[in-house]
Amino acid sequence: MSISLITFYLFSAILLLSSLMVISTKNPVHSVLFLILAFLNAAGIFVILHAEFLAMILIIVYVGAVAVLFLFVVMMLDFKTSLEKDNILQYMPIGLLIGLVFIAELVIVLINTRLDLSNIQILSNPLDNFSDQSNTEAIGSILYTNYVLYFQLSGVILLVAMVGSIVLTLRDREGVKRQIVSEQVDRKGKIELLDVKSGEGIDL
Amino acid sequence: MIELNQFLILSALLFSIGVIGIFLNRKNVIIILMSIEIILLAVNINLVSFSYFLNDLTGQIFSLFVLTVAAAEAAIGLAILVIYNRNAGSIEIEKINTLKG
Repeated sequence: MSISLITFYLFSAILLLSSLMVISTKNPVHSVLFLILAFLNAAGIFVILHAEFLAMILIIVYVGAVAVLFLFVVMMLDFKTSLEKDNILQYMPIGLLIGLVFIAELVIVLINTRLDLSNIQILSNPLDNFSDQSNTEAIGSILYTNYVLYFQLSGVILLVAMVGSIVLTLRDREGVKRQIVSEQVDRKGKIELLDVKSGEGIDL
Repeated sequence: MIELNQFLILSALLFSIGVIGIFLNRKNVIIILMSIEIILLAVNINLVSFSYFLNDLTGQIFSLFVLTVAAAEAAIGLAILVIYNRNAGSIEIEKINTLKG
């Protein structure tokens, strides 16, 4: 057994176990933490596959942003764990049936077939073109040229998501004092300048 | 040497775990969103492993776009959850039955 095989088995075992824990723990905070563990192990798998840039992006974007966003929401919402006995058994049979059918179909197919990729000739960006570059350089050199339209479209998607989530969660509260600039500027006739003599004061 | 099939089986198992998570969970919607993230992670592993074994970079580019869409989807989903919780006071799936679907 080579080192990479051992690492692969280690990472994938922890990945599968932690994603099982994500869907089975009662406490949502624990679920988020197991999700972070799963993402870290997936990043390890990506490193085994020589996709270092994606591995680091996975850690930065998923662990650093998405999982922390989940954590924020879980802690902000403060849903009480429901007191009544959860009727998980009601959906257990159908859920397990569908899941097992999924697993059985996919694994049986994948175990019995050998994919021969050696004579595929439709490669669009073969890695041999980038043999003198690092993974990040190679991705950048085709992402910003051949795929620049898709890159900008994904920027638009992110913008729409940002605007959408801000609009969704924005609310006007009652009783908040705000500055109204037009009223402040337009105050002719509402104020009056008086010349007050020293020591006498004025009657208002 | 690790073969392609091992990676494909890993991502198939991960995908199935995500699907089972969607079906089994009846508590809160957040776990369902996390299951969707797991499913997208399985798809990413598939894309990257084909990219490696085909010796082609396109799979990694696709995986990058999948990541983008997943992040956008998580942001929108969590925003919807927050306002639903504000309006209805609960995000338990059993109680989300306004549409009687």
